[in-house]
Amino acid sequence: MKELMLMKGNEAFAEAAIRVGADAYFGYPITPQSEVMEYLMAEKPYERTGMVVLQSESELGAINMVYGAAACGKRALTSSSSPGISLMQEGISYIAGSELPCLILNVARGGPGLGTIQPSQSDYFQATKGGGHGDYRLIVLAPSSVQEMFDFVSLGFELAFKYRNPVMMLSDGVIGQMMEKVELSEQQPRLTNQQIDELYPWATTGKKPGKDRRIITSLELDPSKQEKHNLKLQEKYRKIEASEVRYETLQCEDAEYLLVAFGSSARICQKAMDLGRAKGIKVGLLRPITLYPFPYAIVEQLSNQVKGILVVELNAGQMIEDVRIGSHDRIKVKHYGRFGGMIPSPVEVLDALEKQIIGD
Amino acid sequence: MTQNFDIPEIRTPENLVYKKTSVLTDNVLHYCPGCGHGTTHRLIAEVIEEMGIQSEVIGVAPVGCSVLAYNYFDIDMQEAAHGRAPALATAIKRVYPEKFVFTYQGDGDLAAIGTNETLHACNRGENITIIFINNAIYGMTGGQMAPTTLPGMLTSTSPYGRDVQMMGNPLKITELLALLPGTYYVTRQAVHTAALVRRAKKAIRMAFENQKLNRGVSFVEVVSNCNSGWKLTPLQANKWLEENMLPFYPLGDLKVNGELVKKSE
Repeated sequence: MKELMLMKGNEAFAEAAIRVGADAYFGYPITPQSEVMEYLMAEKPYERTGMVVLQSESELGAINMVYGAAACGKRALTSSSSPGISLMQEGISYIAGSELPCLILNVARGGPGLGTIQPSQSDYFQATKGGGHGDYRLIVLAPSSVQEMFDFVSLGFELAFKYRNPVMMLSDGVIGQMMEKVELSEQQPRLTNQQIDELYPWATTGKKPGKDRRIITSLELDPSKQEKHNLKLQEKYRKIEASEVRYETLQCEDAEYLLVAFGSSARICQKAMDLGRAKGIKVGLLRPITLYPFPYAIVEQLSNQVKGILVVELNAGQMIEDVRIGSHDRIKVKHYGRFGGMIPSPVEVLDALEKQIIGD
Repeated sequence: MTQNFDIPEIRTPENLVYKKTSVLTDNVLHYCPGCGHGTTHRLIAEVIEEMGIQSEVIGVAPVGCSVLAYNYFDIDMQEAAHGRAPALATAIKRVYPEKFVFTYQGDGDLAAIGTNETLHACNRGENITIIFINNAIYGMTGGQMAPTTLPGMLTSTSPYGRDVQMMGNPLKITELLALLPGTYYVTRQAVHTAALVRRAKKAIRMAFENQKLNRGVSFVEVVSNCNSGWKLTPLQANKWLEENMLPFYPLGDLKVNGELVKKSE
């Protein structure tokens, strides 16, 4: 029998962490994602599964605790919101450089600076293009429903351990705070220490007699070796780009116009699309699910079919750069965005499509 | 006074009273001759060997002169970002409570950039061992002022001496940490004489043994020299340490078994 529950996005993420058998959560309170740790502390996962939950002294502390646990081969995760994610960038770069798997949730809010506690998607560049120092990539998943806030925890850990790479879920205050029906998956057991030793030959679990010691580091002073390490990382990213692109298309078969949006914007665009179709406008929606790797190929394919693309984001125009790369600028690609915590209505989006793409 | 010994001739079985512990690798230490890091590494490795816990230890290396510590210990280790070792160690111990977890940190790492992580790990009472090398200078980056640099002390960023009015005071972080309820054992040691090396080893041993009790942080400060950073010969540096460092950073236990040690007047 299906186990259904009405939950906030933040709560769904927290429940999923317990159910997928995560070993440790470390976090620091920040709006609009504080429900994650509140839910975990109330649920006592240390009794349910033996999962560690610890409130750290800062986001710096939290991400470095994630580093320590991940380097032990454990399933470690954290969550924060934009200013906190900025603080974590040092640790994220180290985690990427040391090739450690972990899951980081950003329930994004408007910036820059202290900004606002209202939803925003203005951390797209930070999530997909770097954020910290050095040439590295995060695998970035963009949930657009509370169900996906739950499901992407499992997917995120799967990808993180498959590639030994940090995975970020780039959500926002809308998805984190809204309540929807969620179908819960069954409780998975946490891996035993013995299973971890067998599965992850890189994990620091204590040097076994007769075996080589294990070292987790991102330091290599010899430039020729550091270049080799970078080339290895790049090779991994090419593999991720070839294998892990995920997206959703809605009513694109006969579309003459295309909306491209992720996360909460995609939900608004879905309604805008319905309103447009009711008016006889053949509009479709492309929703990138992985923001890195970005679905360039489907953008290119649809660019050969539609007359124009409107990229709708809760920011001043970030993902549009990737859409333009995908479309090779062969057709008109425009951006419509609200920011600082403002959220457009579906009517507003349809109006923008008509004015900026169709009527022009 | 220099006398040349023919090493092979004196290296006879009956003279071999000392050998390297198996917990140190054969990698050549990059530390300057006379530096206290090498001695402290050896003491930690000997303690791990003597306790028979090589397969149970996970160490965390810092950023600083000892950034490459993991090249020398034949144990599993993680390299932390600058100052973050106590956060890593917190998580390691939380997910593997049965393992022995230690950090090895210098003064810049532990008492400047990582003060927050240090203070909170100690205040939470994480059941870990922290080895703190205090040589009052940033060695790796070329001798800049450290949080523990003495008043008036010359460094490359206090070239006329540390002016506490302008640059602030040295931080006696060990005294501070001893006051926190989460520390169980806090001690200050040194390794520049044979007698002190033996005493420091006992302290490090206790700091590791304490993890079996699960009572909180065991913290061992080692007041060390930095002859290249201090621009002195190794012998001059040890003398300078005796005359300047030890009056400011007096040796001895600050907290034992969770109780502050009363200073006898």
